[in-house]
Order: sequence, then C-alpha cells, then structure tokens
Amino acid sequence: MALGDDALVLSHRLGEWAGHAPVLEEEVALANIALDLLGQARVLLSLVGDEDELAYLREERSFRNCQLVEQPNGDFAHTIARQLYFSTYQELLYGQLAVGDGPLAPLAAKAVKEVAYHRDHAEQWTLRLGDGTQESHERIQRGLDALWRFTGELFEPVTGLDLDLTALHDDWITRIASVLTRATLTVPQGASRGAWTAGAGRQGLHTESFGRMLAEMQHLHRSHPGATW
Amino acid sequence: MTTIAPDTASLAALEAGFEAAVAADERIEPRDWMPDAYRASLVRQIAQHAHSEIIGMQPEANWITRAPSLRRKAILMAKVQDEAGHGLYLYSAAETLGVGRDELLDKLHSGRQKYSSIFNYPTLTWADVGAIGWLVDGAAITNQVPLCRCSYGPYARAMVRVCKEESFHQRQGYELLLALSRGTDAQHAMAQDAVDRWWWPSLMMFGPPDDESAHSARSMAWKIKRHSNDELRQRFVDICVPQAESLGLTLPDPDLSWNERRGHWDFGPIDWDEFREVLKGNGPCNEQRIDQRRRAHEDGAWVRDAAAAYAAKHAEGNR
Repeated sequence: MALGDDALVLSHRLGEWAGHAPVLEEEVALANIALDLLGQARVLLSLVGDEDELAYLREERSFRNCQLVEQPNGDFAHTIARQLYFSTYQELLYGQLAVGDGPLAPLAAKAVKEVAYHRDHAEQWTLRLGDGTQESHERIQRGLDALWRFTGELFEPVTGLDLDLTALHDDWITRIASVLTRATLTVPQGASRGAWTAGAGRQGLHTESFGRMLAEMQHLHRSHPGATW
Repeated sequence: MTTIAPDTASLAALEAGFEAAVAADERIEPRDWMPDAYRASLVRQIAQHAHSEIIGMQPEANWITRAPSLRRKAILMAKVQDEAGHGLYLYSAAETLGVGRDELLDKLHSGRQKYSSIFNYPTLTWADVGAIGWLVDGAAITNQVPLCRCSYGPYARAMVRVCKEESFHQRQGYELLLALSRGTDAQHAMAQDAVDRWWWPSLMMFGPPDDESAHSARSMAWKIKRHSNDELRQRFVDICVPQAESLGLTLPDPDLSWNERRGHWDFGPIDWDEFREVLKGNGPCNEQRIDQRRRAHEDGAWVRDAAAAYAAKHAEGNR
C-alpha cells in the first residue's frame, strides 16, 4: 500500500501542473509521467482492496506515502528535484522487486521501464537547469536542498517488502551524486531526515499541505456517498 | 522567404497551376507555390485551431485534481495530454507555412489571434467534463472531419490524427454523462444542468451564420473548408438529438422539432449577441484563460532560457 500511495500522491501533484507548464512539450511529459504513476497506483491499490475506496475514503493518517511525494510543486525546478530524487529511488526499488519472486515482481518488471523514463526526464532537466543559466542553477540547487530532508525516509523498511535497503541507499546516493556533479550542482550536506515528523509518512504522519491536497482530491467523491462514476 | 518576385505572366501561370491543383483535389504541399491570401488564411485558421487546443486544456484540467474516481482521473489526464499533443501537431503544421510557434503564441497572448469561443465558459461541476466531451468535442469533430480532406496537405494529415483521438474523447464524454444520467438523482441533475449550459455555446462553435461569415466563401473555393457553417451546425444537431434521448437527457431548446419536409431537426434561434460578446473578450472566462496562459509562459521563461543556454554550451563543447 505504501508504494501505491506514493504513486497516487505524486501523480496527483503532477496533475496540478496541467495547463501551467513552461513549454508545451512539458505539458505532455508531465501528464505522461502522472498517468504512468496513476496506473501503477491503481494496480498496487487494487492488490489491497477497492482502489477508489482506498484513494477517496481514507483520511490523512491512514495514508502511507512518503512525505517527499506530497510536497507541493513549487517552481519547475522544485518539481524536477522532487522527481529526480523519487524516480531514481523508484527505478532502483522496482529493479530489486523485479528480480525477486515476490507478488510485486510482474508489476515491478513493467513499471521499471516507465520509471526509467521518468528518471531520464528528471535527469535531463537537472542537467539543463544546473548547467543552464545562473538563475536556473540557483533555483534547482534550492529545490534539491529544500527537499533533501525528505529523502532519508525512502530508505526505511516498508511493511511487507523484503528489500536490501543498504544497497538501495548506496546506489541511490551514487546515482544522485553523479547527476548532480555533471549538472555542476552539489549534493546537499544537511540531514536527510527532519528533526520531528519529516520521514514519518510511512507511519501516517504527514506534512500540513497533504491534508489540503486530500480535501481537494476527495471532495466530490465524498459528497456523493455510494455513487458510481 | 527569399523568393524572386515573378513577373506578371509567370504569376498568372502559377495561379492557374494552383487553381488547377485545387480543382483536381490535389494536395498543396509546403514547397508548392500558393497565393499569399491562401497562406494567410491557413495560418489564421491553423493557429486559431492550435490555440484552441492549448486554451481548451484549462476548463478540463480544472477538474483533474477533483475527478471522482481513479479511472475517470486517468481518462481525463490522458485527454488533456492529447490536447497538448494536438496543439503541438497543429503548431508544426502552421510552421510549414513559414510562421514560428513563438510568434503565434505571442499573438495569442496579446489577443491578436483568437481561440474557440467555447473555452471561455467555465466548468462548474464534474458533469461539465462529460458535456465538453460529448458536445464540444462532438462539434469539433463535425467541423474537423471534413478538414481531413482539406486542400493543404500538412493540415489535412494533422486532422486525420486529431480526429481519431477526438472521437475517442467524445465517446468517453458520452459515457461519462450516461453514468451520471443513470446514477443517483443528484448525479442525473448534475448531468442535465451541464448539458443545459453547454448546448448553445456548442452550436456557436460552428461560427456565425453563412450570410455573416467573412471567410467562408473563399475558404470553400480553396477547399480549405468543405461545408458551410450552417450545414455543419445542422448536421451536428441532427446527430445530437437522438443521442440526447438515449442519454436520458433533454436539450434546452423548446423549438426543437423534427421537420419531415427537410428531413432535419429544426432548432431555435442562437443568441448571436452573446456569441459576439464572448468573441470580443466579454465572456465569463476570457480574461482568466488568457491570464493563465500568459502566466504559464512568463513563469516558464527562465526554464526555456536555461534549456537554450545549456544547448548552446554543449553545442560549443562538441565542436
């Protein structure tokens, strides 16, 4: 369920970009990524129960997504930083799950191709923004720094998943560092986990903006109990 | 364009060749000679079409974050993505006529080029997403299917692809309304209210009546257009009436009645004052739509600058 929530919530955030992207090609790309993630969420949530009940009728404290994916979009650089951190993680995570014999292996094998494309998209933009203009360099570095404290959570155990977290973390750091170096950016130095709730999304402790996001997402569905759409 | 001005005799020959090609239903291609007015007319029409796709993303994107089921949310996201894609094809088609996308966007942002008046109406409920799919996309298809045979090749080919996706969207819109119409009383009422609000604006999508349509005659002579505004509008009404019935919804027109003699549905008068007001910029959302578009473009300037700077640096590095 945690992985389904991750995909659902990030998909929603990317959906907020529709009609606001900096170029037409990015309208297509961001919507495409959002759709892939929504597809993953639907499969993952359906393994647990009814996808709509799980998406629309759970309250904030029952969501198990990591806090990184619920972070507001901010500017384009902020969105790209979030996507780089998360897609790199997802690619490695699904890579591990795909070679295992767990129930998620077939899904992971399909999804790993999608998330490799997401990671590539985020990487290409990190390079362009990092090594573009002074302004874009500063903006992407700011995004990377601001979101850094939500990355530690990605390497905490996830209920029901047998993962080599050390390998996941090491591979992730190596890849992120390599992209950031090529992009003339620096790997943030601060703590990768906040002092209190940052890093507790898997336990249902979220950041403030998440409740508002759910209010918007769930409002219509909850206004018509029992209706089908 | 650095062509050498042809003398009068060869100009007449070029014109004759062009007229003959159009008459023989041959396609005009980007490198073929064409009259300046034909080129200008196509640029105007294709650009307006492209702008409509881009602005048309907004009323629907308005509901992405509130879609009531994950399936509907996925359908809506895919649709809005398709519209951005249609905008891209159409700007490319316009570019074959020698104008740049940036120039066209600039004209959209400054109000010098228009987009379809329909997108100046607000999406107030979820059912509006269905009404847009059924009626607005339905009207667009009725308009666009004949454009697949338009005399200008790149536009005709873009339309083939656009129409395929649009007719898919239209079916999805119909199906969305059907689900609401057969749902709870509140859902049914929501669907009826949306159809009531979108019906007349959809009929206006075909443009002014034939006797007031400034560009029609010439566009038809050039085979850019194949049918008049009123012909297409009638065709659309004839298609929609039985569909409304099978949806279990009514159309908000007391004058709607079958005319045995004509073999068509008669319908009531369109409020052309409203149409002209919306075209002039006084519709419910004109300002909001353009503001959002302009803001997205301005807020994205630093991103485009970064991409250009990066490309320039790396082009040098490779030399």
